[in-house]
Amino acid sequence: MGTLQRYAAIYGALWRNSVTREMQFKSNFLLWIVVELLWFALQLAFMQVLYGQTDSIGGWSRWQVILLVGVSNFIQQLFTAIFLTNVNELSEHVRTGKLDFMLLLPVNTRFLISFRKVDLGSFINAAFAAVVIFYAALQLDLHPSFLQFIGFAVVCVAGISVHYSIMFLLATIAFSTVRAQGILTGYYNLFNIARLPEGAFQRGSFKAIFTFVLPMLLVANVPAKTLLGFPSLPSQVGLLMLMSLICFSASELFWRWSLRRYTSASS
Amino acid sequence: MSWALGWQKYSRVLVIGIQNTLVYRANFLFRASISLVPLLGTLQVWRTIYGGKADGGTIAGYTLSGMISYYLIVNVVDALTAVTDDDWEIAADIRDGKISQFLLRPIDYLTYRLCLYLSGRAIYTSVAVIPVILFTLYLRHDFRWPTQPITFLLFPLSVLMGGLIQFFIAYLMALLAFWFLDVSTLIFIQFAFEYIASGHLFPLDLLPAGLQMAIFLTPYPYLTYYPAKVFLEEDHGPLVFGFAIQLAWLVIGYVAARWAWSRGLRRYTSVGG
Repeated sequence: MGTLQRYAAIYGALWRNSVTREMQFKSNFLLWIVVELLWFALQLAFMQVLYGQTDSIGGWSRWQVILLVGVSNFIQQLFTAIFLTNVNELSEHVRTGKLDFMLLLPVNTRFLISFRKVDLGSFINAAFAAVVIFYAALQLDLHPSFLQFIGFAVVCVAGISVHYSIMFLLATIAFSTVRAQGILTGYYNLFNIARLPEGAFQRGSFKAIFTFVLPMLLVANVPAKTLLGFPSLPSQVGLLMLMSLICFSASELFWRWSLRRYTSASS
Repeated sequence: MSWALGWQKYSRVLVIGIQNTLVYRANFLFRASISLVPLLGTLQVWRTIYGGKADGGTIAGYTLSGMISYYLIVNVVDALTAVTDDDWEIAADIRDGKISQFLLRPIDYLTYRLCLYLSGRAIYTSVAVIPVILFTLYLRHDFRWPTQPITFLLFPLSVLMGGLIQFFIAYLMALLAFWFLDVSTLIFIQFAFEYIASGHLFPLDLLPAGLQMAIFLTPYPYLTYYPAKVFLEEDHGPLVFGFAIQLAWLVIGYVAARWAWSRGLRRYTSVGG
């Protein structure tokens, strides 16, 4: 059996576990979807209020920004669905010594930690975000080409990977301090920046930091621009791909370095 | 005599609360600082919107500096009054049966929680003041200080009242744990409404008149929006009116909290046997 096939089989088993777990608490599962939907509606309401006062923010029209909010939510929900719980639990694995057990399994440990649980409700929320994107695209009378769709999918993966890499890197800090939880929540706060139209930011330290250090202003803006067909696109796509590569490499290097220094929590 | 005893008892709770939360200073500092970062982004978006208007243009009566001051003050009020973990702790106390020990002792749980809330807020504010001052200095050209001395008396009063209403809302939400196994989703749903109706996301003046009317029938605007307006010295006519409504919600909150607690306890004992 090939490596890829083996990992796909493992991931399938992890999915089955997650489904069984979630279905034990059905009403709770539905309520969490409602919570997320409410917050999504709040973001959309905020933009509606802003566009009650103006027709354009930094060159972005109302429906373009609604599409952006949809894309940003889409990416955030997919990230939450696949990675958030797992990354959050890393410090718990270190504290309880469960990590030792995972290190012994004949699977790549980072793979196992990153993909252990799947948050199914977030997939449903991602679908709601997709509906908003679709509706905004209708309002804008967009006709994306097949190439644009492929491009959109690719940059979405890059965006999710940026969130995942940074969050994993921050969680790896759990090896030296147990209180990494606060840092993770803090980073999750910054997701709020991702849904703001990049055009509203002129040159300045804010824009530089959130483009080249924590690329929040690229994560959702670039995929949205791909659908919208903004002219400055190719260089922006290149930049997002580069940043996602850098973020992933940084998190992998830090992870390996931390593992080398790791001396179990138990006994 | 009983008053003196009560004071002694609950001032110990306050001190213990302060000692316990002091551990989280670094955590609080980080939390307070990081929450200002997205605000920086929101303000930048507002700047861009104002940039497209003619010089000195206003939006719903706010100049650019008025708008920036509004968001800053809302953040200050939030640092002073927001519940952090109080609701989770109360719900956990009920779920895990920890409130039984309070029923056996001459300690009133509501007063006890209120003391912990106040001490928690005191510590949080003393830490959060650092990033907030730095942030205000950074925006000093756009920040509007009150011009009338009386505001320095009225603003703290409105914040205190708003904080107490906030506490009672959180307390009531947490008491739902008597009836529901998991209240976290309910707390989050409530919080979503609070976030928009208390004027966190944007000043309520931006909403259509009908919606504003509906929101002003709830206690939410009196948590942060109203204190911010007091600080900005707007709405001078109905000022006394606003304080009266704050007081009314405070009384309602208190009565509801007492009532819900006694109803909940009936259920609690029946479950616990």
